[in-house]
Amino acid sequence: MNLSLVINSLPQLLSGLLITLEITALALAIGLALAVPLALMRLSKNFLVRAPVYGFIFYFRGTPLLVQLFLVYYGSGQFRPELEALGLWTFFREAYFCAVFTLTLNTAAYTAEILRGAIQAVPYGEIEAARAMGMSRSLLYRRIILPKAFRIALPAYSNEVVFLFQATSLVSIITLLDLTGVARVLVARTFAVYELYIAAGLIYLACTYLILWIFRRVEQRLFAHLRRPEAEKAKKLTGAALP
Amino acid sequence: MLGVLAAGALAMSAGPLSAQETVRIGSEGAYPPFNFIDSDGNLAGFDIDIANALCDAAGFECEFVVQDWDGIIPGLLARRYDAIIASMSITEERKQVVDFTDKYYATPAKFVKAEDRELEIPEDIEEANEVLSGMSVGVQRATIHENFLRDNFPDIDISVYASQDEANLDLANGRVDLVMADSVVLLEGFLETEEGAGYHFVGPDYFEEEWHGEGIGIAIRKGEDDLREAFNNAIQQIREEGTYQEINAKYFDFDVYGE
Repeated sequence: MNLSLVINSLPQLLSGLLITLEITALALAIGLALAVPLALMRLSKNFLVRAPVYGFIFYFRGTPLLVQLFLVYYGSGQFRPELEALGLWTFFREAYFCAVFTLTLNTAAYTAEILRGAIQAVPYGEIEAARAMGMSRSLLYRRIILPKAFRIALPAYSNEVVFLFQATSLVSIITLLDLTGVARVLVARTFAVYELYIAAGLIYLACTYLILWIFRRVEQRLFAHLRRPEAEKAKKLTGAALP
Repeated sequence: MLGVLAAGALAMSAGPLSAQETVRIGSEGAYPPFNFIDSDGNLAGFDIDIANALCDAAGFECEFVVQDWDGIIPGLLARRYDAIIASMSITEERKQVVDFTDKYYATPAKFVKAEDRELEIPEDIEEANEVLSGMSVGVQRATIHENFLRDNFPDIDISVYASQDEANLDLANGRVDLVMADSVVLLEGFLETEEGAGYHFVGPDYFEEEWHGEGIGIAIRKGEDDLREAFNNAIQQIREEGTYQEINAKYFDFDVYGE
């Protein structure tokens, strides 16, 4: 185990981590913004609205992310004249854009599916009550269905965030120097396979733990009304009684 | 687990190599014309023909294992195969972890660019670095060419690819301005193909011993001297018998062995 090598490589690994975090955050933010309308369209009673969204979700959940990345990155090169004519090539030329684009669509598809399930799980009684109050459709969604659905979706969504964060490691194959990409460059130079991949693995692990911790705190806040106060108090008492 | 590996290594190096022993050979299959996957899905190319000739000469039974380039040394160390015959350059960095046989060929590295792009690359490396400053160059990951670029051209923007094919593809797509690789690989694997029309070599031949090494050799695990000697003798033998020259002529109209 060559520890000094790992310590010397840390600045480079952390600069890679920055890229990893950037593309994760960008893909998650845009992906979530897309997922809400997609989930609603997926639930539409109109076939023409529902079908294309169903196809989009079916494709992105049914194919490996690696294939999607190759398709967007090398596939776009094949349509360069058309993309240039549309003025889109400046974007597709950049590996960074291709990575964020693919990851965004991928996470949007998964998140839309999570949200669809959550919307369908909103208790019917609450919807009926809101209707009885005379709420319009949009108000019903804004005040009752979506807030409740977000709460239901949260545990599943935290899995999706962790999944996406780790899936970003694939972008190193389309020339991006993310955490995995940097580790691979360093391994190629030093052949210190174990040291560098263990170091990269530990950094991923720490970030994953941080993501899960944040979600746990958010869940505690959002589900505060569901906790039984007596049980809480009893736990604190026994906890305090212990030496 | 380390103990088992060490014991295995001892057992391996202790026994003398007998005739008809099975030697597993790792190769990449994405570096035409030296090694590539042919239309039947088998490994083929100069490296593979040389490997077969060497195995015949040394009396080994040879099996091929296909392995991606950036895992090819770890795969050797993990005993997935016993030798790497995949156009691997003999370098000081690699010698820290593996042993090499004598070279079996040596060719220089070069840049390739699009013909319609105006660009002159001066002979002097420092001047060349200034001229190329800010340009993007595609290179295969974990190769001597990547190291050579990183150490000598600090002002260029390097894109690393899993295979040379992907780097060439991005040159054709206009994502990189240049690619660098072994001159023969670029010639046979790109410039002389349909995709390579409109591209040509630019700048000088590069062969700096510090990066480009002593030529291309066969990598084997450290300490397995019997296997190394067997391959060295076999290289000598096929050069004396003319098998080498026959294989050379099958792929190239010039001598790839170098001086």
